[in-house]
Amino acid sequence: MSVLVFTENWDGKFKKMSFELVSYASKIAEMLNTQTVAISIGDVQEDELKKLGNYAADKIVSVNNDKLKNLDNQAYTSVIAEVAEKEGASVVVIAQNNMGKALAPRLSVKLKAGLGAGVSKLPASVEPFTIFKKVYSGKAYSNVVIKSDVKILTLAQNSYEFEENVKSPSIENFEATLSDNLFKTTVSNVQKQTGKILLNDAEVVVSGGRGMKSGDQWAPIEELAELLGAATACSRPVSDEGWRPHDEHTGQTGKIIAPNLYIAAGISGAIQHLAGISSSKCIVAINTDKDAPIFEAADYGIIGDAAKILPDLIEAVKEIK
Amino acid sequence: MKILICLSNVPDTTTKAKFVNDNTAFDTTGVQWIINPWDELALTRAMELKSDAANSIDNITVVTVGGKDAEPTIRKALAIGADDAVRIDAEPKDAYYVAAQIAEYLKGNPFDLIFNGIESADYNGSAVGGMIAEFMDIPSVSAVSGLNIENSQVKITREIDGGTEDIASELPVVIIVQKGIAKEPMIAAMRGIMMARKKPLNVIAPVEVEVLTEIVSFELPQPKPACKMVEPENVKELVNLLQNEAKVI
Repeated sequence: MSVLVFTENWDGKFKKMSFELVSYASKIAEMLNTQTVAISIGDVQEDELKKLGNYAADKIVSVNNDKLKNLDNQAYTSVIAEVAEKEGASVVVIAQNNMGKALAPRLSVKLKAGLGAGVSKLPASVEPFTIFKKVYSGKAYSNVVIKSDVKILTLAQNSYEFEENVKSPSIENFEATLSDNLFKTTVSNVQKQTGKILLNDAEVVVSGGRGMKSGDQWAPIEELAELLGAATACSRPVSDEGWRPHDEHTGQTGKIIAPNLYIAAGISGAIQHLAGISSSKCIVAINTDKDAPIFEAADYGIIGDAAKILPDLIEAVKEIK
Repeated sequence: MKILICLSNVPDTTTKAKFVNDNTAFDTTGVQWIINPWDELALTRAMELKSDAANSIDNITVVTVGGKDAEPTIRKALAIGADDAVRIDAEPKDAYYVAAQIAEYLKGNPFDLIFNGIESADYNGSAVGGMIAEFMDIPSVSAVSGLNIENSQVKITREIDGGTEDIASELPVVIIVQKGIAKEPMIAAMRGIMMARKKPLNVIAPVEVEVLTEIVSFELPQPKPACKMVEPENVKELVNLLQNEAKVI
């Protein structure tokens, strides 16, 4: 038996999220009194793989094959399922991000394993296997029992406080069975923005709403974000108006984020917006309307015009940096 | 080319979540039901593609797993412009159950493009689309923010961390869409609403499917402590609080 955890790498390097996942998986392995096996797909060097051992991975299965250079959901699912079966996995842990959302459902069918999508803490019990997850876009939570022998969990981003627990994992290079009929998609062109902090990864997010009055007024948002090493975001009206690109839209139908600090400038806080940001650890609201619902979700608030307050905030942050 | 849109009937996004029966069931009192927002964007994109004759799209069908109470939402999709609809007559027990029902329907009724929204606004599982694809042993592309047809080939744009990828796929393919696939959801015109009443809505019986997960109870979030207000003249105090109290900068 084992708990299998799928770790994602970016150009051969793991991000913080992979360590969160391994640490989370190792805690479930403890509950089940079994070992933690991490699977890595792609060209990752041994030194980098060993880092997973710092978060209590007992074993690492590395699958490196040119055919897996790009994500094909069906092929990746087949590889993870093959390793899950080989390792006798009773639980498979995956991130609740773009790649995890693409793979976990397929894996659920392939392994006939119940899916607990978007968990934010450890199972309340393993017998019955009871998980806790958000529903209604964060307006509520549910306790869900997974009844199948194998369980798949996707872990919400930035929701789990991981800890170091150093082990010396064994590393196995595994040749997965990759028949040609697994590959039905081809990636022709990749455009990557470089040097920009990604909204889903960001620990700090500076976000603007309709109260910023126009797309030309975004300089202070960008300057504050730059100072804080933050990503920029916006509310739905702002992306609908085309002031900002749609991939910055944060809220129920846009991105759901959970940074440590979310600064909302000129955002009134419609229920759909709050659904996208309510998991933030600390929320700062700046708004002219003292009755705006954003203040009910916020930890700290300033009543005033964001256009006037942001420059002062920038100066104040510069003083401490 | 034939398009299938998998439709979820969900509470309006402004709904406040409340529960009944000792917190084991969602309180539907006074709830407005809508087409799941991402499914609506998928339908909109399908309609846009169909409006260009060069894409030779013959038919757009919507399918929902749900009881009779889902029919007003299905009629909305017909009013927007879907040609016909299928309701699989069962309560959607979990994502695996729903996907198995739709896959069973697909086995007897082939489609080229099968659209799903990236998640449903109720259980947020992001699961049904990928599950259908695996049941059918066909490709799936997730986080799709663009889709075009050129010479009978689909050109898909997928969002990845910090960028996009262009993808070609064999057909049939499951397309799991997110924001960006269509600019704004299409609204039904009066003529569409009139016509929707006459469009076919076929009700079919579900198949037996094992249920793998079960919601045992719901909880509402803990109320947050009151917001600490800082005077607009005293922005330095805010920075001090963020640094020394919240310890987030």
